[in-house]
Formats: sequence, structure tokens, C-alpha cells
Amino acid sequence: MNAPSPAAASVTIAIVNAGVSDPSSTRLLADRIAQKTVDTLRESGTPATVRSIDLGPLATDIAQGIVTGMLNPKVQSAMELLASADAVIAATPVYKAGISGLFKSFADLIDNDLLIARPVVLAATGGSARHAMVVDEQLRPLFAFLRAIPMPTSLYAAPEDWGSTDLGKRIARAAQELSVLLRSGAGRQIADGNWGGYQHQFGGNATRAERSLEDVDFDTDLMRLATGKSALPRGGERADAH
Amino acid sequence: MQFGIFSIGDISPDPTTGHTQSEAERISNIIKVARRADEVGLDVFALGEHHNPPFVPSSPPALLAHIAALTERIILSTAVTLITTNDPVKIAEDYAMVQHVSKGRLDLMLGRGNTVPVYPWFGKDIRKGVPLALENYNLLHRLWREDVVDWEGQFRTPLQGFTSTPRPLDDVPPFVWHGSIRSPETAEQAAYYGNGFFANHILAPNFHFKPIVELYRRRYEHYGHGTAEQAIVGLGGMAFIAKRSQDAVNTYRPYFEHHPVFRGMKLEDYMAATPLTVGSPQEVIDKVLTFQEGFGDYQRQLFAVDAGGLPVEMALEQVELLGTEVVPVLREEMAARRKPGVPDAPTHSSLVKAKYGDAEPRRPRPNPNRGDNLSGTSPYQDSDPAVEADFPAAF
Repeated sequence: MNAPSPAAASVTIAIVNAGVSDPSSTRLLADRIAQKTVDTLRESGTPATVRSIDLGPLATDIAQGIVTGMLNPKVQSAMELLASADAVIAATPVYKAGISGLFKSFADLIDNDLLIARPVVLAATGGSARHAMVVDEQLRPLFAFLRAIPMPTSLYAAPEDWGSTDLGKRIARAAQELSVLLRSGAGRQIADGNWGGYQHQFGGNATRAERSLEDVDFDTDLMRLATGKSALPRGGERADAH
Repeated sequence: MQFGIFSIGDISPDPTTGHTQSEAERISNIIKVARRADEVGLDVFALGEHHNPPFVPSSPPALLAHIAALTERIILSTAVTLITTNDPVKIAEDYAMVQHVSKGRLDLMLGRGNTVPVYPWFGKDIRKGVPLALENYNLLHRLWREDVVDWEGQFRTPLQGFTSTPRPLDDVPPFVWHGSIRSPETAEQAAYYGNGFFANHILAPNFHFKPIVELYRRRYEHYGHGTAEQAIVGLGGMAFIAKRSQDAVNTYRPYFEHHPVFRGMKLEDYMAATPLTVGSPQEVIDKVLTFQEGFGDYQRQLFAVDAGGLPVEMALEQVELLGTEVVPVLREEMAARRKPGVPDAPTHSSLVKAKYGDAEPRRPRPNPNRGDNLSGTSPYQDSDPAVEADFPAAF
């Protein structure tokens, strides 16, 4: 067992906020989760800092990224911030019975391996409690695809929740879950220990992405095929089998 | 250092006039552009391969063979030849033929192709694109180097006692470049064989392809072909040139804004972020010099100059400006900055020289036909007698 180190290193939490109003209730919800997490971590001796990615000001940049397939410097630096964070708080408004298209467009630009085993708190706000399941039915499968680790407690705030102490209790619960997972280092261990087991892209944005010779595994069937050796089935394995 | 142009052979309406070229017009315009490139002294003309409208070059060897007959000096190449969906045997035969009729003015750039439906049209699976490309090249490499090939792989029907004809000119295969933007396996294959590596270098941020070029360079050294700095690197690029910078921007802007791949981008932003240069000859020169600085000394620079519905008169003018105002300066500047010991890209004559020195090159002469459509274990009069073909069973 890897026990959390007593003098834990500082952790960074990235908020991804798709709320577009100013002030934004979505951002407010994300900030409350972040603050509670920072407080909880501090009590257990882990300093934490919070960085925010507000998607509203990046809306046209994100749309350009979708249609041209290349990230401009603003989106690229948001991506780097996200890649380097130890945990993520993902917060979106609910529009037309679904997550914000802006949030999904940003998510579509995230490399498949950028958030592997990364702890994530899922959160949404909406105009009615009737959309509460959007978080679990749309955000949770999205982060499951990205092989992230969504926390057991999802957060949803309808107008009436802002006056309810129950929202605060749920925030505290999610913050507790995130803190425990962060301090355990489990996400990092999963990513470090199994990195080769996931699908990757050379030169991608993930912090562990292959960028140079030292990162590349040359001992694979495909690399053997590249160097003129046969890739005929050996023990049932094919060169392209994953 | 070689400079040239590459065309993907797309047809799109000219946004300023609404005119759409017919396939007949576009094909004859591609030929005009290639001839002008030859006349103004560019080194390379490369043609893409596509199998769907609105593109015309489905059969690059036919078009390149025709261009070969109309040109004198220019090297003909491809950008790219689909090493996934084409049969490597047919690639070996077709391009050996073009190499002969062009008297050695041919090399080849291989790529996987990213048009999804092309794979099923040719009975292939895009999910196997990487192993397909790697295996097909392994076979192509042997077909051009061994008189008789026995071969078995995953994707193609096996070959027994097969001879690809004609044998390459002077028994020296066309030089091959591997084009790739993201597969380290392709870089590895290029490095292993000592072939060239080409990064298309368009439609992506400045120096986005540097890590994969770097990977290729270091593996080239690993396999003992030379130092990393001596590896054979080519880059693409897009340019639109006018004598006055503002004229270039004004003329090109409607073509940029209507081009499907630049949707929603501002020309100025795109120029700042990517290798695209729209401006005066000096601005294009300055930009290309940053490529040399960023990627290290390299051997081939190709420009895309006729895409997006540009009328042929304008494309010809671009070739003219490249040949007269841009390339002569770049030749001098880049040579002056070049580290000693960095070789030029191989050409047919340099490869012949490397293989034979001053000796007479091999010109294979086949043995008489024995009546069984094969020529025995030794298809050519001077084939290595040690070569023994594994013929298929007759019955």
C-alpha cells in the first residue's frame, strides 16, 4: 500500500466552467466546490491551489478548434493547464435538457489520454430540478470515455438549491471524496502504472504524452513491422492487436 | 536543397468569379503549372492522389508520365501515394515505368491517406491503416531491390517467384519519402531504411511537427545512415506571393476565407500561427528561413500554390514568382547557413553514382520466355544464380 505522504506536496485543481453569465451561477457552484476541497485538503495538511478555465471568453476559439482541427494559443494554454492539474471540477449549465454545447465542444478537443485516472467532480446548474439527472446521464459517461475518475457524488443546483443547506452538505461530501482520492495518490498511481495500456497520440497534450525518442516504445509488433520484420501471427497476436 | 510545388488537384469554385473548372480544364491546368515549374527552374513537382470528387488525380503515374514527356529537368514526385489502399505490386510496376520514361526524374512520397471511404472502396480497413502501410512498404522495398520475391504477409495475397517489371532504371529504385504527421512507426520505418521523411507542415501550428521530425532524425542516426543532422527531411508549406505585401493579402483573402479548411479563421491570425505566408517575396523568404532554424537543415521544401479554386493564371504567376524572386534567394541564404556535411536529397544520378561509382550501371536483360509465363529461377541474364524462386505448385 502506498500511504499518502505526511507532508503532501501541493496539488492543483482546475475548474472548467461553461457558465457564460457574469456573475455565473455555474462558476459560483464550481468555486464553492473548489473552496470546500481546498479547506478539506488544508485540514489534512495538503496545500492546494485552484486555477480556472472559463469557456465563455474562449467560445469562438473553441469553435475554430473544432472546424480547423488546430488549437490556437488561448485554447492550447487552457489545455496545458488542464493537463497539468491534479484534479478537475467540471461545471456546466443545463440548456435544452442537456449539457452546454460549449462544454461539449471543449471536451471534444481534449486528447483521449489527457485526463486518464484524473479525479473529477461533476457539477451542473439548471433552471429546474427536473434536469438533475443530466449530470449523471451526460457528464458521467463523457468522463468515463476519457478514463477519468468521476467522484461518487455529483452536484446539481436548481434555483431553489441556492437557499438550501442541503446543497452545502452535498458540496462538502463531494469535496471530501475528492480530497481523499487526491491524498491517496490513487489516480496518479493508476496513470503511472498502466500508461502503456491506454491509447495515445504522439506529440499530444497529455503530460505523459510521447514527445521524443526517450518516450517511445520500440519493442512493439508495429515497430518490428516498421523495420521490415514479419508481423505474421505469433502466438495468436497480430501486429495491430491492442 | 530542392524547392518545388505540390498539388492535391482539388477543384473548387473560384470565390471571386464563381467559375468552377471542369475536370478537363483542371487536368490541363495541372500540366501547365508543372511545365512552368520546370521552365522557371524549380526542382520538384509533386502530385497528390485522390479517389473522389472534387479531386482529379486518381491516377498520378499516368499524369506524371505525360508531364515527364513535356519537361526537361524537374523531378516528379507524389504528395502522397497511398501506400495503404494501393497494391504495393502495382506501385512498384507503375512507378518503375514512370522512372524509366522520365529518365530517372522520379521519386515517391508515401502516405496513409485520411479519406475514410477510400479504404472500403479498395477493400481495406482504415483501422489497420498503420500496419497496412508498414507492411506494404516492406514489400515495395523488396520488389524494387530483388529480382525474384517470395513473400507472405497479413494483408496481401502471397507472392511466389514474383518479378516486378520493369526493374528500376539502372537497377536503382526511386528514392522514397515517408510522409507522416503523427505516427512514430512511420518515422521509424523511414529511419530504418534510410529513406526521407516529409512533414506536410500545413494546416497545423508552427513547428507542430518538430517532435516527429526529431524522432526520425535520431533514429536515422541510430540505424547508421549518418548523423541526425544528415537525415533527409522535407517540409511542405503554403504561400501566396505578390510583389507588394498588401496586394498579396488582398488578392488571397477571398480564397482563404472560402477555403473549407480555414473556416472561421482570420487570415492574419492563421499566418501568425502557421507556416502559411501571404505577402511579398521577402516575407516568404523570411518565413522559410525560420523553418531551417526550427527543423534544422533540410533537403526539400514544397509549396502548395494552386489549391482552393485559384485560377490557373494566378497559379502560374505564383510559380513564376517562386522561381524568379523567392527560390534563388533562398538557395543562397540556406546554403550559407547550412552546416557542413549535410547532404542534398538523393537524386537518380547521385544514387547511381553511389551504387556504381564510375562503373556501368546494371541494365537487366530478361531470359527468353519458356512458355510458362515465367522465366525460370533466373529471370534476367545476370540475375544472381544464388536466387532461388519459390514457385507455386503447378497443380
